[in-house]
Amino acid sequence: MHDLPQQILIGLQLGSIYALIALGYTMVYGVLKLINFAHGDVYMVGAYAGIGAAWLLGTWLPSVVHLPPLIPSPLGAVLVLLASMVICGLLGLIIEQAAYRPLRTRAWIAPALFLGAAVGYVAYGIATNANRTPVSAIIIGIVAWAGLAALLYTTQRRRSPGSGSRLTALITAIGVSLFLENFGVLPQIFSSDPRFFPNDPPIARLAPNVETGLIFTVSLVLMIALTYIVTRTRIGKAIRAVSFDSDAAALMGINTDRVIAFTFALGAALAGAAGVLVFGLQHTKFDPYVGILYGLKAFVAAVLGGIGNIPGAVLGGLIMGLAETLVVAYGPNIGIDSTYRDAVAFFLLILILLFRPAGLLGKFAPEKV
Amino acid sequence: MLILENIEVSYGPIKALKSVSLEIAAGEIVTLIGANGAGKSTTLRAISGLVPSQSGRILFEGKEITNKPADQIVQLGVGHSPEGRRIFANMSVRENLELGAYTRRDRAGIAEDLERGLTLFPRLRERIGQNAGTLSGGEQQMLAMARALMARPRLLLLDEPSLGLAPFLVRDIFRIIQDINQQGTTVLLVEQNAHLALGIAHRGYVLETGHIVMADEAKALLANDDIKKAYLGE
Amino acid sequence: MPLWKRFGGIALVFGLLLLLDHLLYGPSRVAHDQYKEDVLIRCGLAIILAVSLNIVNGFTGQFSLGHIGFYMVGAYVGAALSTYGHTHLFPQLPTDGSPVGLWTSALPILAVSLAGGLAAAAIGFLVGLPSLRLRGDYLAIITLGFAQIILVIVRNIKAVDGATSFTGLPVASQDQALAHVATPHLTSLFWVFLVAALVIWVAYSLRFSVHGLAFLAVREDEIAAEAMGINTTRYKVLAFVLSAFFTGIAGALFAHYQSSLSNESFRFERSIDVVVMVVLGGLGSISGVTIAAVLLTILPEALRPIAQYRLVVYPLLLVILMLTRPQGIFGREEVSRAWLRGQLTSIAGWFSRRPDRV
Repeated sequence: MHDLPQQILIGLQLGSIYALIALGYTMVYGVLKLINFAHGDVYMVGAYAGIGAAWLLGTWLPSVVHLPPLIPSPLGAVLVLLASMVICGLLGLIIEQAAYRPLRTRAWIAPALFLGAAVGYVAYGIATNANRTPVSAIIIGIVAWAGLAALLYTTQRRRSPGSGSRLTALITAIGVSLFLENFGVLPQIFSSDPRFFPNDPPIARLAPNVETGLIFTVSLVLMIALTYIVTRTRIGKAIRAVSFDSDAAALMGINTDRVIAFTFALGAALAGAAGVLVFGLQHTKFDPYVGILYGLKAFVAAVLGGIGNIPGAVLGGLIMGLAETLVVAYGPNIGIDSTYRDAVAFFLLILILLFRPAGLLGKFAPEKV
Repeated sequence: MLILENIEVSYGPIKALKSVSLEIAAGEIVTLIGANGAGKSTTLRAISGLVPSQSGRILFEGKEITNKPADQIVQLGVGHSPEGRRIFANMSVRENLELGAYTRRDRAGIAEDLERGLTLFPRLRERIGQNAGTLSGGEQQMLAMARALMARPRLLLLDEPSLGLAPFLVRDIFRIIQDINQQGTTVLLVEQNAHLALGIAHRGYVLETGHIVMADEAKALLANDDIKKAYLGE
Repeated sequence: MPLWKRFGGIALVFGLLLLLDHLLYGPSRVAHDQYKEDVLIRCGLAIILAVSLNIVNGFTGQFSLGHIGFYMVGAYVGAALSTYGHTHLFPQLPTDGSPVGLWTSALPILAVSLAGGLAAAAIGFLVGLPSLRLRGDYLAIITLGFAQIILVIVRNIKAVDGATSFTGLPVASQDQALAHVATPHLTSLFWVFLVAALVIWVAYSLRFSVHGLAFLAVREDEIAAEAMGINTTRYKVLAFVLSAFFTGIAGALFAHYQSSLSNESFRFERSIDVVVMVVLGGLGSISGVTIAAVLLTILPEALRPIAQYRLVVYPLLLVILMLTRPQGIFGREEVSRAWLRGQLTSIAGWFSRRPDRV
């Protein structure tokens, strides 16, 4: 057990990643009561966005403007992190506008635009595969796009706002999640071949000599920034108000749709940061399906802490990271195989929910009669 | 100031409001009385945009606000202290009041209105830093009203301000409603306690199963035999 | 319903299935086509899975994301029984995993199905218990957690080669041909669709009985149901146990169709597939769920010509369907003649009606 401090540090590091992702789950759950299954996949996109940004700064830019490459350097690393956060934030925004908002409101333009673009692209791809000429493939794509836009226009106008059920939203979230994964697998997007951040494509590493504490420190800074936003700023108060009671928040003059959109963007940006931190600094393999397991565990962490509760998500993430690391490190000594690492999260979850049905920091609200 | 024309609201297959029309002039206290489930709260929720109306029109100061988002209606000058108070129990009293002024940017004006609210409800001044969830029922009601006033509404919708309060507190609350009205805010008051409500109101409407069945001066309603039997328990 | 009608239906199902079996596996093997058989078997299994999940998710409104765990338990328990019990219990079966005739497979398949189903039902009881305290999303995540734990535990059981894939066992024997006992290939279309018909029948009888109303009451308003004297605890656990039982049988059938059993078949995404069938079919509607199970199994096959894009088309369809038909493809009513008539009127009305005012 002499390496316990080292193991605890590794556990905290893993836990802080779970916490960053869990925050997005918990905040979205707070404002929308939705398990945003697509959140883990945003984290995956964050890793790819990081690769893209690192390639731009480290390889492409120096070749164009003859400057010394920005990678590796602290500035470059920060830029990569920010780029990934911005891209993922936008992705979160698009997901909300295209898939979730139209379930609650009569909005049709954003879904027609984004879902339509996806449908059009797929139709175009299928037409190309079927050996159509490029021009006719493009026409097929545009027709599919227009068809979907027309369908959404007619159906959305008949929607009575607020009628969407939570199950519908959940299945939609599953659909979005599967879409991001399988779209990423397409050879012209990310392809299914796994990648390593520093080697493929061959770019220099993000930061030389990464200390183990770096991931933890960066996560901590991000969490402090989030805490500031949520407790001190106007939009943060609005987020808390919408989470607590969205009707009452609307009566305060808070535009709840805008708050929900901002919450998605904020959560997604944190997931993007987590993607860069894990795959940019730890140098592990990743592919378009990497978000599933991380996302699942982060979600469990959010539930563990009490879903909807921001400090709870951090606590849940850290506990899970520690538990998992310690099981892998010391489990074999007491007869627990290290393959149980993926089950630890769920054992803990069941145990805690049986005693505290609303999670560690969640308030259990007995149903009103 | 506010006109409802044939407003119809359904929750799924159930029609909560069948055809409600009413009118409120600036400076009035108008009360809407009726039994449980008559549609009083639904009327308020339709005015402030929390539930969509299937048909009919709502005009506020001449502008159509039917089915506008709730936050825009607040911005136009309609405050709503909802049924069950709906305060943010996880925030302090001060934060609740600040959220009430969410749409405003004038710091000086907000500070002024905060002071005005705390003068109207001195109990809240003592509790300003406290978590709103720890307040008593009466204090929570005061907070809900003070919070609604923070947006400086020209029309205030009050939903059952007396519900669950001790009688001496109810008298306090109703005196304050009169104060608020005298300071220039028009009030639409929904109440089960018809006696008290008609006592301070200028005019009243009686709602029965989604219909307005009677509308008159408050004094006339107090004297009406049917009303006495049905709502005043005489 | 008169007796002859009820038994007539059963006899008809039997007859049709026997005919199907004879055509596919009989001496003439007219229509035998391995690919089509695979797809049909998967349709049948999907029906069993979806209709039994519907008992929990659709009837009682308890949300389970972990049914794949019951499927796994059924599969591995069934496969272990037939493989380990081979010499003692089923000496008549071939050891090389070649297909078994219908009558020879009858007793063994009954045994492994019961074993798999009962084991899954026992686990279902265990998983159903938290539903007494937890609701909604918390219950969903707990069931998912149980399924993940089952997956990891099975992966660590060496007796069934959980970490890799279970193809049978090596046995000490001089005879080279007998040195390996493969999991017998017992499952045929006949058995799969027989069980599917049984599950549908049980679900219907349950739904349109006094108990069916109790289930629905639990779904609509648990507290009110309790107040009416319905033992909600009993119904919730009963739903879990029953649903797990049939899911376990499906697992055993699945195990005896594959030549090897791999933990890859039991990832949590498979749970999601079945949930999607139930939701798209219309929560609670047995006929809708059955049709959706078949459609969603065939869909990827139908999309095969578009190669890599089919994986993208499916989620896109899902999102678009949720936007345009959130009540499921067929709504929550049972598909019947009256339902069809209603749909036709509403389609006609669609063209004449003006949209709501915004």
